[in-house]
Amino acid sequence: MEIVRSQRKSSFASSDIVVPTIPIYRSTPDLEVRLEEFELYAVQRLRVLHGISDGLSRGKKPDEIEKLVGDLWKVNMMHPDASEVVNKDIISHFVLRLVYCREEELRKWFLSMETTLFCYRLQLETAEAQRALWDEFGLPWKAVSIAEYESVKDKLNQVARSIGQSLSSADTIFYKVPFEEVPDLVAKRKVFVQKGIAYVATNQVISILMTQYRSHLSKALALTYRKWNSMIREQEKDRLTPVIEALSTSYLGPDYSQPREYAELSLKDIDQVAKRSFPLCMRHLFEKLREDHHLKHWRSYATGFISQVEVHKSSLGKDVPQFFIMGVGLKLDDALAFWKAEFSRKVGADRFDKEYAYSIRHNYGKEGKRTDYTPYSCQKIISSTPGVGDHHGCPYRHFSLENLRVALAKMGVGGRALEEVIDKTQNRHYQLACTLTFEAVHGASCDAGVNHPNQYYIDSKRIMESKNNSKSP
Amino acid sequence: MVEVENGRDDMLIDGIEPKKNQNIEIPEEFNANYLRAYYAKLFPYTDMYKWMSYGNDGRHPGCDQSYVGRREFSFTLENDIYVRFLSFNSVTELEKAIKEKCPFKIDIGAVYSVDPAKKDAYSQNAFTPVERELVFDIDISDYDDVRFCCSGANVCSNCWPLMTVAIKVIDTALRDDFGFNHILWVYSGRRGVHCWVCDGKARRLNNEQRAAITEYLHVYKGNENSNKKVSLMGPLHPFLARSYTEVLKDFFEEKFIYSQELFSNEERYEKILEMIPEESVTSELRGKWLDNKRSRDDINMARWGHLKQLLQSGKHKALGIRRCVEEIVLSFTYPRLDKEVSKHMNHLLKAPFCVHPKTGHVCIPIDPNHCEEFDPSAVPTLSKLLEELNRGGLRSEGEDELENTSLGKSIRYFRSSFLQPLLKSCKEEIESSYAAKTQQSKNSLSW
Ligand code: SF4
Ligand SMILES: [Zn+2]
Repeated sequence: MEIVRSQRKSSFASSDIVVPTIPIYRSTPDLEVRLEEFELYAVQRLRVLHGISDGLSRGKKPDEIEKLVGDLWKVNMMHPDASEVVNKDIISHFVLRLVYCREEELRKWFLSMETTLFCYRLQLETAEAQRALWDEFGLPWKAVSIAEYESVKDKLNQVARSIGQSLSSADTIFYKVPFEEVPDLVAKRKVFVQKGIAYVATNQVISILMTQYRSHLSKALALTYRKWNSMIREQEKDRLTPVIEALSTSYLGPDYSQPREYAELSLKDIDQVAKRSFPLCMRHLFEKLREDHHLKHWRSYATGFISQVEVHKSSLGKDVPQFFIMGVGLKLDDALAFWKAEFSRKVGADRFDKEYAYSIRHNYGKEGKRTDYTPYSCQKIISSTPGVGDHHGCPYRHFSLENLRVALAKMGVGGRALEEVIDKTQNRHYQLACTLTFEAVHGASCDAGVNHPNQYYIDSKRIMESKNNSKSP
Repeated sequence: MVEVENGRDDMLIDGIEPKKNQNIEIPEEFNANYLRAYYAKLFPYTDMYKWMSYGNDGRHPGCDQSYVGRREFSFTLENDIYVRFLSFNSVTELEKAIKEKCPFKIDIGAVYSVDPAKKDAYSQNAFTPVERELVFDIDISDYDDVRFCCSGANVCSNCWPLMTVAIKVIDTALRDDFGFNHILWVYSGRRGVHCWVCDGKARRLNNEQRAAITEYLHVYKGNENSNKKVSLMGPLHPFLARSYTEVLKDFFEEKFIYSQELFSNEERYEKILEMIPEESVTSELRGKWLDNKRSRDDINMARWGHLKQLLQSGKHKALGIRRCVEEIVLSFTYPRLDKEVSKHMNHLLKAPFCVHPKTGHVCIPIDPNHCEEFDPSAVPTLSKLLEELNRGGLRSEGEDELENTSLGKSIRYFRSSFLQPLLKSCKEEIESSYAAKTQQSKNSLSW
């Protein structure tokens, strides 16, 4: 068993003082972590962060985000062993810190998502827990004295009324904080500001904690980056480094690994559906599978899932089709039957059960503890380099123009639409080419563009269904 | 066209062809030759460079000698060629470059971590803005929906007071609320004003803090599709309440409704009625205003009176209209900031004492304490200054030359009210932070 051990002592172990329920991740935990947990936890936290990022980019309102964060956290960050929850929180944070410290853009994204996460988690906490964090950060600012309170009382009440809050009573504590520390309260005029000092009420403390957390994490990320460069990468080159590097390139769009309501697909329909709703890449793979009953690299991508790290080392793309199939919502039993039917013709039913069934089940989370990876995004597929005889990859990118024309014609794309697709392809706008294909095939627009084969599939299904519905009397 | 009188034909400034024994005609407000002459004789290089140095050109060991050389300047040349990331290590360098290139516009950018002229030698991460004045840009052209006298870049004495109240509101907030002291207001040469907040504390704000101040000061929602440009949720925040009662309300009621004749005809008063979401109120007012009964009172004042009376009578308790009077006043008069300029450290802004290439106006400072006296049409123009120089002739030289022109007053204001107090506090800051640093290192030695 691989053990990851950190050198420094943790401050979270002692339980005799009031420990804030939300850690501020000051130091790496002194915990033993199994490599598989190391990775699993990180992926699960990443799900939370992606979920938040997705919610924000959809313009969700604060109360919706609050609910979203709560749900995401519950789904991903719980642990059967209650005492492990905090550890999982801390470990996953530190792993992602390593993953996301290495580039400016990654750092920015991580910083902003983690700060948002922190802020919404904080809102669910009691005032006492928030006070505990205030102490934890060691904030120096003084409360307004009673005498001073009298002199600014009117203004403070005016602010309270302007934001629809009840008047403050004498026992509300106000802190005098430099306005620079509470930019969000200043921006929304939620505080009284005088000579550069913001008067922050107890219930606004979150804003301060958030700023503190952000700057603390921002500094920590810079430090982690230096450590990564100077030692960790080299020290861990056989163990953590490949994991870290793989995690950072994981797909950042919506999560297609969870089956969707409308994505259920039964085995008997799969051929028809493939024709109608698969993007060209998956359609091609699917046809090849049907033709050859064997994909050249099947064995390596199937077994790739079994050993933890190997999947990251193996070249991209080999596990695409299975993930795609999973993503489109084929039920486990159907998937097993499907693959078995396809493979046993070549490899024999016995061998299939022994060698392949495990990895399929595994991906459905039935066996082993390995995390299910999100199916690959277009970006990842496009940047893969399929070898001779491989069938994965993005056809727009990897096909010859001639073959592409033939394939598109088979999908029923012709005339001007075909030329436009070819034109985009030649200009290396592969996803745009795919989007135009989608629009030509469906006679409907695809405003978001194609970013993920599963998204293509889901959008297609949606359109097909609405067409069917409108046709039926 | 400006006729320039010149009794002497022996003393002429650069760039203007001598004509014997006759008046020199300066045919337009602006051209490259005039500008060259302006840069040769009048542009206040030393003051500008002193300002940009923020005391770091002194001999105190706490001075950062590299400071001013890390400041970005950019020039817009005659043919709209835009040269960014220039830097100057001495006032001589600055002066030489300006005289040589004769930029139509000089912009000032941020102070970077390294010399911006050498930025390509560094990685992208190493080249970042580290300091920048907090700046504001207010343009009269953003007020086109509430002024009827002019539009676009044009401005007259009826609409310019919008800029005056903007200066008052923003200046007070910057000083009283945020505690800044070193603030320079500058006429932008044509359609508005710029504001430079130069306190050390302001220069070191990060983008998020800049955005916070900008949002704090921002009320107007420029949205063509909504009748309400300002919507208030509840009573006014102390800052807005102060701006309203001390500046905007009086301006609106005593000046603006008359100068813009806001209620003089249906088209105009409908604009205001649109902001009242309560049918019963608007129809009552419309009824009242339809019969054009002559009264002794001014029609604008009378109608504004009706409106206020009806909205504030307490007859209408509807939530949406409680703030209507304030909303109307703020919609018409509250400062409209160009937010993006203020939010980012690396935004460039035209330097004071540039000359606007369309109007020939010099971008002179405006004293916020006397901003109502500022008259954009009386701002020295390039041609006027050259005329003054010619008239002054050899009688004066160097520094005095500038002082004797109509730019002199602006320069004196810049020095005494802005630059001197600023440099004094910079010096104090440099000394005290140096003392703190040496104290700190002493402490750490004794550990
Ligand atoms: S763009 Fe994406 S979905 Fe379309 S073919 Fe390429 S990889 Fe598949
Ligand atoms: Zn006007």
